[in-house]
Amino acid sequence: MKKRILLSGNEAIAEGALQAGCCFYAGYPITPQNELTAYMAKRMPEVGGVFIQAESELSAINMVFGASSTGARAMTSSSSPGISLKQEGISYIAGAELPAVIVNIMRGGPGLGNIAPSQSDYFQATKGGGHGDYHCIVLAPSTVQEAFDFMGVAFDLADRYRNPVIILGDGMLGQMLESCSIAAYGLSNSSKKRRKDIKKWALTGCKQRSPNVIKSFYLKEGDLERFNLKLQKKYKTIQETETRYEGLYLEDARLILVSYGTMARVAKAVVSELRKKNKKVGLVRPITLWPFPRRILQDLTATHKRISFLVVEMSYGQMLEDVRLALEGKAKVDFLGRAGGGIPTEKEIIRFIKNL
Amino acid sequence: MKLLFKRPRSLREIPTHYCPGCGHGIVQRLVAEVVDELDIRERVIGVAPVGCAVIAYDYWDFDCSEAAHGRALAVATGIKRMRPENIVFTYQGDGDLAAIGTAETIHAANRGENLTVIFINNAVYGMTGGQMAPTTLLNQKTTTTPYGRRADREGYPLKISELIAQLPAVRYVERVALYSPQAVFIAKKTIKQAFQNQIENRGFSLVEVLSPCPTYWGMSPKEAMDWIRDVMIKEFPLGRIR
Repeated sequence: MKKRILLSGNEAIAEGALQAGCCFYAGYPITPQNELTAYMAKRMPEVGGVFIQAESELSAINMVFGASSTGARAMTSSSSPGISLKQEGISYIAGAELPAVIVNIMRGGPGLGNIAPSQSDYFQATKGGGHGDYHCIVLAPSTVQEAFDFMGVAFDLADRYRNPVIILGDGMLGQMLESCSIAAYGLSNSSKKRRKDIKKWALTGCKQRSPNVIKSFYLKEGDLERFNLKLQKKYKTIQETETRYEGLYLEDARLILVSYGTMARVAKAVVSELRKKNKKVGLVRPITLWPFPRRILQDLTATHKRISFLVVEMSYGQMLEDVRLALEGKAKVDFLGRAGGGIPTEKEIIRFIKNL
Repeated sequence: MKLLFKRPRSLREIPTHYCPGCGHGIVQRLVAEVVDELDIRERVIGVAPVGCAVIAYDYWDFDCSEAAHGRALAVATGIKRMRPENIVFTYQGDGDLAAIGTAETIHAANRGENLTVIFINNAVYGMTGGQMAPTTLLNQKTTTTPYGRRADREGYPLKISELIAQLPAVRYVERVALYSPQAVFIAKKTIKQAFQNQIENRGFSLVEVLSPCPTYWGMSPKEAMDWIRDVMIKEFPLGRIR
């Protein structure tokens, strides 16, 4: 049974996680994601899970490391400066091949920045973020409904690949209220089952099996290189099978906007406005930021000779670099971005397109 | 013929990497003996630190996790909260527990997590080559206090056990040492009590073990043991703290 309720993006993420069988949350207060933590504090006891307000982001991410090592679906959330603090832990989670979900409701930076929505943590989320050769899978919801729906996807991907998954939203998405269709309040049987799934690598006590060890440390010569090659193989599989995007008017568009998350909502409005005037514009909205949907961009340039791209971001050109890498100089790429509180408006983008 | 001494089931038959005279081998064996005696090998989950004991999980024959430097008690909290039926312990050095992990230590203790902590205090960073630890004694020479630790510059040896003993949620804190067979016997009894407390759901228990580091103290193993007895326990008195 499904029902529709009004939720903020932060609350939708929390409820989506619970419905996906998440039974461990540790977090530390930071704006603009506090509703998520508060929601978990209230709901976790109702579903028999564990909520901990940690003493710091460092502690929160390492509690997630511990909970995840027992096989539980575990998550944390924060906003940009707090996510910076969690990077060490995320690197360890990637290195120990633990599944975990990390939510970043981005705010302005660098430093303490401000609490306005931003997309300035794209590099950090998609290029590793902490030390070492690793990748997190990064999902970028654009609506409150997606914020809810993507949590199930995130936990499934985390379990399937034993890899950290980042939900990359921003303060706008976190705070905005939208109608959201969710499963009946409470937990579905499948999510209850997922919580109890025993993973054979998990720490549960070595009863009737040889001991399990969760670690990212490979001191013996050659071991770490072998492990890194194994990771790279996994990342290749993820790139081949898990890339997601939404495309609009890709059949005939001559100008493709590339935008994600909150920014893609404005870009969509631009596309529908210009389509009314018979302008051949389209949109590629990456849903997975890593793996980045480079193939669709390459395919578009292969089929349309005179196609060009406009990347619109709430940053000063971070995803832009991935678009350029994908296109390898084969198409013109323009950029419009603001960060630090400003969000490019529909009018601003249309004016920019007219002047191209 | 009566068998008087054997390798504990919970300890693997492999040589350790520790220096001659190091205390880690002793304490890790004591933990293994206690795990066997309490019959919890199939329930126990150890959390190894960053430091000389980083690969303790290669020596213990039960489930273990690593933890980033200083974060063992956060990792252990996550494990224990998800699996209260397991017996979860951390094994941490002085740098790990009392410098970089001070916040995790104090807050896990303050929450009264039902955990067992084995805290190895050897007054020095061993793994990285003998730098000053939070527990380094005044006038003690290390690679980062080549003229000796000075109170007016580096402060005093940090007594983290006494600090956390103030916290109402803390159940049990005791300091022991390894300077003689009798002292090792007391250390084992204390470690056993700290595990027993967790089995009985009595809350946060910490055992601080004054442990020799002959290599970075610049002493022979025998001199290091004597130094614990003659010098170190004056700064870090033995016995029950809470």
